[in-house]
Amino acid sequence: MQIQPVLAALGRHRLATVLIALEIALACAVLCNACFLIASRWQLTRINSGVDESSLAALKLTGYDDAKADDLNARVLSGLRMIPGMQSVSVINAVPFGEHAATAGITLDAAGQHFGAVVDFYVAGPGSFQALGLRLVAGRAPQADDYQPVHSFVPDDASVLVTRALAEHLWPGSDPLGKEFWVDKFHFRVAGVVAHLARPGGGEGGPGKIEWSVFVPGQPGQQLAGVYLLRAKPAQLPRVLRDARAAIARIAPDAVVDSQASRTLGDLRQRYFQQDRAMAGMLLGVIAALLLVTALGIVGLASFWVQQRRRQIGIRRALGATRRDILHYFQTENFLIVTGGIALGMLLAFGLNLFLMKHYELLRLPLYYLPIGAIALWLLGQLAVLGPALRAAAVPPVVATRSV
Amino acid sequence: MFAYYLDLALRSLKRNKALTALMVLAIALGIGASMTTLTVMHLLSGDPLPGRSAHLFYPQVDPDTTPPHAKEPADVMDYHSAVDLWSARRADAQTLIVDSQLKLRAPTVNLPPLMAMMLSTTADFFPMFDVPFRYGSGWSADDDAKRARVAVISADLNDKLFGGADSVGRTLRLRDSDVRIVGVLKPWRPSPLFYEVAGGRYAHGDTAGFYGKPEDVITPFFTGLEINDGSFQQFNCWHVPDTPGHLEDAPCEWVTLWVQLGDASKVAAYRRFVADYAARQKSLGRFVNADNTRLRSLMQWLDYNGVVPSDVRLQTWLAFAFLVICLFNTVGLLLAKFLRRGGEIGVRRALGASRAAVFAQCLVEAGLIGLLGGIGGWLLTLGGLWLVRRQPTPYADLVHLDTSMFLVTFALAIAASLLAGLLPALRASRIAPALQLKTL
Repeated sequence: MQIQPVLAALGRHRLATVLIALEIALACAVLCNACFLIASRWQLTRINSGVDESSLAALKLTGYDDAKADDLNARVLSGLRMIPGMQSVSVINAVPFGEHAATAGITLDAAGQHFGAVVDFYVAGPGSFQALGLRLVAGRAPQADDYQPVHSFVPDDASVLVTRALAEHLWPGSDPLGKEFWVDKFHFRVAGVVAHLARPGGGEGGPGKIEWSVFVPGQPGQQLAGVYLLRAKPAQLPRVLRDARAAIARIAPDAVVDSQASRTLGDLRQRYFQQDRAMAGMLLGVIAALLLVTALGIVGLASFWVQQRRRQIGIRRALGATRRDILHYFQTENFLIVTGGIALGMLLAFGLNLFLMKHYELLRLPLYYLPIGAIALWLLGQLAVLGPALRAAAVPPVVATRSV
Repeated sequence: MFAYYLDLALRSLKRNKALTALMVLAIALGIGASMTTLTVMHLLSGDPLPGRSAHLFYPQVDPDTTPPHAKEPADVMDYHSAVDLWSARRADAQTLIVDSQLKLRAPTVNLPPLMAMMLSTTADFFPMFDVPFRYGSGWSADDDAKRARVAVISADLNDKLFGGADSVGRTLRLRDSDVRIVGVLKPWRPSPLFYEVAGGRYAHGDTAGFYGKPEDVITPFFTGLEINDGSFQQFNCWHVPDTPGHLEDAPCEWVTLWVQLGDASKVAAYRRFVADYAARQKSLGRFVNADNTRLRSLMQWLDYNGVVPSDVRLQTWLAFAFLVICLFNTVGLLLAKFLRRGGEIGVRRALGASRAAVFAQCLVEAGLIGLLGGIGGWLLTLGGLWLVRRQPTPYADLVHLDTSMFLVTFALAIAASLLAGLLPALRASRIAPALQLKTL
């Protein structure tokens, strides 16, 4: 197939050609970036919380008398442990994908001069470390005497576990075990490192800092009460949580169950990312509509050209061109226009990506999105032009002799 | 003439139904997507108090004594600064605001206790923010000073507890204290919940939470602090507070102050007053960063906090990019349509129609397509908004198509199609009659 005559013909329809090419270019730019946005959102929803989500549920009580928090803890712990299928109940201040409870900036010196990071503290009572199913990669798990009384938001002096990501941020390249950090007058010493532990929702930071959390063993009491971590076999968990919520009316009649926060961790995770999934769905809709409109535009214009060139097609057929030649002519024409559009579209895609990076904390568009977008648009163009091209190929040679 | 062009346009559109349908569909999709997002933008970025917002201001000081010193003052105030500025009464009206969660019950109503958000504020809150009452009214400055055990409740709570009846004079049990209901609000849903907006710069664009519902119970500020002592949440503390939840003397920012200032000279005077206050606190050794004060107007404060969620802005950009693509599409199709009628236009020109007449006729046709696309776009917008309402966002219940956005839908559709028709119409009006007639 010679390209020369196709280009010559396109030269006679410069305006329409340029319009279609521009449309393809814009579609290419939006397509690449929208796909990248979907991929980033999807990536976000797949973060590893580091805990046994399928076996865990949270139960949050409010409205009880703070002065009787010790009594509440004792009653809830013993009462809920009687529920058949309950593997463990422990006190904790927050759970991944739940509400954040203790967020604070830490310093690496006692004087508070050397700022480290803003982190989330999981203050949790005996049994919670095992219940969460955290994977220890260095140091030791909390021992019985690590669980210190909590007078404020954390114990005064605690042996804690940090995540690998946080350790890497605070002490890059060195062994975090035994390192110390402070919040105001509160002192922490790193006794262990866990592989993963995502911070609860609502914390400061964004996706890059999602694992900046600290596990602080604490003794349940007035400042550590009201949120309970339940563990059961995944299959029994929904029933166990239901039973637990029902049992609260008997165990602690003056407390109110916070039903938003009292869910399985699977549910909490689901709700936490609901917005991201909705956004991804909306982007998918935009992409679908975009491809549809682009395809329809190509169909419309190609049909017009086919109709306009019926006589020429007839003449070419009369002069010996096969149907295949005519089909290939229109396919080549479409390929050339789409290619021109894609070339411009790649530049636009980068421009749009720069804009999104500036205003929406998006990362740089990986290069492999460009060929994928290009192939998608080439395919779309060829599919869209197939109908009109087939109709062109069906034009009989006899048209050439008519109405001259 | 217009009627004639309209007739011609209708005939022309009928002649090639498939092409017409393609163009209308493209415009409808583009308009549907962009109007859905634009309506959400419009609802979320609007002025929550039209007419009043220009007189409402948000003073800020920097009580944080620890390094590093921030460029911007704290988003909310510490207790002493807020109460000092409030009691000075230097503005036309001023109100303190803090919210907290507590257990609530109506002793005479047989319902289990529920957890509610309590807004604790001062008497000026109601007139300043034009809060609508169904029954009763707010309280007086005297009630503020006496720490009167009174409350105003939301329409929602009144429906839930008292079936919507006039509950003024009845008793509510807030945690362990009884308060007398003095007022019931009409349904009131400011968008955003402007008086509690703070911390937007830490939200990474995830600011949908600013569009939640107002609190169910409103009590006088100092009454609220008494009733719910120990349950207050700080916005930020620069040292760890001694007693969590009891923040009056704590090194914490947690109280919001709003002031009403009638004219520019009062604004300037108040700005000076806040700066002087900060300087005095520095000389007393309480502040370090005394120059760091601000007095933003309500809309400036909302802007500073970037209240419109970044997802919503991103969706709007995307939808408009999509509309542009749809327009390019329409330009191409209109061009094909007009130029196909070269012969017809040639005849009209030969019979005496001016270029302007041909141009006008083509534009009428484009406008008609725009109108049809607008109807389709309007239906798609309704569908799109229905989808938004089903999303789990705090502002879902706010989303609806108001009259102005309904009109904008059609204006945008017709404007877009006229814009798309401009180039093809120009081309069509340039057709040389002789050349066309020869080929007939």
